[in-house]
Amino acid sequence: MTNAGTAASAQIRADALQRPPPIRNRDLPLLSFRAVSKKFTDGTEAIADVSFETHAGTIVSIVGPSGCGKSTLLRIASGLSAASAGEVSLDRTSVGYVFQDATLLPWRTVRRNVELFAELRGVQKAERQRLCREAIALVGLEGFENHYPNALSGGMRMRASIARSLTMKPRAFLFDEPFGALDEISRQRLNEELLRVFLVERFGGLLVTHSVYEAVYLSSRVLVMSARPGRIIADIPVPFPYPRAPGLRFEAAFAALAGTVSEILQKASE
Amino acid sequence: MTGNDREHPAAAAVTSAGPDHGDGKRPERPWHNLARIWGPPLLVLIALNGIWLLLTYVLLEERQRFLLPPPQDVVRNGLLNWRNLSEVLEGLWSTTQVAMVGLMIAIVLGVALAILMSQARSIERSLYPYAVVLQTIPVLALVPLIGFWFGFTFWSRVIVVVLFSLFPIITNTLFGLQSVGPGMNDLFTLHNAGRFSRLWRLQLPATMPAMFAGFRISAGLSVIGAIVGDFFFRQGQPGIGRLIDLYAQRLETEQLFTAILFSSILGVVVFWSFGLIGHRVVRSWYDPTRGPA
Repeated sequence: MTNAGTAASAQIRADALQRPPPIRNRDLPLLSFRAVSKKFTDGTEAIADVSFETHAGTIVSIVGPSGCGKSTLLRIASGLSAASAGEVSLDRTSVGYVFQDATLLPWRTVRRNVELFAELRGVQKAERQRLCREAIALVGLEGFENHYPNALSGGMRMRASIARSLTMKPRAFLFDEPFGALDEISRQRLNEELLRVFLVERFGGLLVTHSVYEAVYLSSRVLVMSARPGRIIADIPVPFPYPRAPGLRFEAAFAALAGTVSEILQKASE
Repeated sequence: MTGNDREHPAAAAVTSAGPDHGDGKRPERPWHNLARIWGPPLLVLIALNGIWLLLTYVLLEERQRFLLPPPQDVVRNGLLNWRNLSEVLEGLWSTTQVAMVGLMIAIVLGVALAILMSQARSIERSLYPYAVVLQTIPVLALVPLIGFWFGFTFWSRVIVVVLFSLFPIITNTLFGLQSVGPGMNDLFTLHNAGRFSRLWRLQLPATMPAMFAGFRISAGLSVIGAIVGDFFFRQGQPGIGRLIDLYAQRLETEQLFTAILFSSILGVVVFWSFGLIGHRVVRSWYDPTRGPA
């Protein structure tokens, strides 16, 4: 179904890959948490004393037991929630935020959905349309511009959701279990797509996920959080260079690393 | 999907031989569809007419027959006698005007109030109880008062219609405006959307299905309101409610039946029209059996 679209977009991606944009201020942290805690008004402590930094051109994954405050952490990073204590620094003028639910407006076509953020920020129509075309091409949704969300599969909705954030040219990209609701094959395919987009756009990504394999496959570092109140109990570097081939998932080194992460995660969940 | 089928009848014919498309809609021949839609209510109509005839000729003696004249007498006296029919049609036209003007005012007022209430909890809390009161007080008891205060004119009839049809519009529209999920709201917050932008791009489109459901309910009520107002206001231009009252007093049951028939038709037409408009507005993205995507 997507053959015609992906052929054209693969060409665009290939062009873009030949000249990756320079990474600005590689050494300066893009996002930093310093001793951040969050206590809700009902007294629940979601996260406690969380400190870490992420840099442009890297993807950092966060795994942890259910309810450990991973999503809260992203909400704090985006500014949707305020921290109770500690310090967060992030340039919020160009942040992409993808939720677990694609949150597309059902009454808008894919094109109009992707245009939404630029529209909210008052970007001129011609520029908006250009950004929208680029983003749709980047996620391989050409040919589906005039479809309504209810005519798309879950994977395609998520692509549209990612495209919508890409129009902002985000330097920092927050992902809250974006592929959690997808079947395994769609999930793997979208993981590969995401890496391709990542290599084109070179944003700094912070990804919350339930899947250890997804975390290891996508990221440069995996942070493991403890059960609530969530603390970071491990910071594991992932040494595999980008671009990563889909076959990496079946290599021994990959399995070993995923095993290590799983073990720590299991201990954290007890 | 349906658009394609319409444009390519040949393609539709081909696919109809194939298996189900997964969306549960099997392409069907148009006459088959027609029979399926009109068949059952037609059968009920025939059955009702049968019962009617039975009651008239078996249960009632000849001198009591005016209580329930047989259907053919209603047709002959009410529908085929132009003098009687034109009287009913004129009344119907005046009632239609009252109902439609009242309904339009109720729509504008109801949507405006719902939007106002959706903007702040405090406004909702202060206004909503009165909207509920509007629904629960016996409007019938208010009708004579409205007549005393505003006279027995066109506009006091319109006020009765507004009282009858305002509440469903307010509640449905408000429900729709408040049905926007927290994720969507977060999205707009992240991009610094203002109150107006949020209303225009998020809340109003989201409320469309619920709002039109409210319009449809109120459309039916507006006709009832117009007839009730008319029934009580014995002055001014007579609408169909006045005629119903008159025919009942004169024991002209054939014309009474004709008047009732036409007022029901008016109600049904208005109800359907609003259903159709609502369907056209949201059909590209909203499936009433599954909700939005």
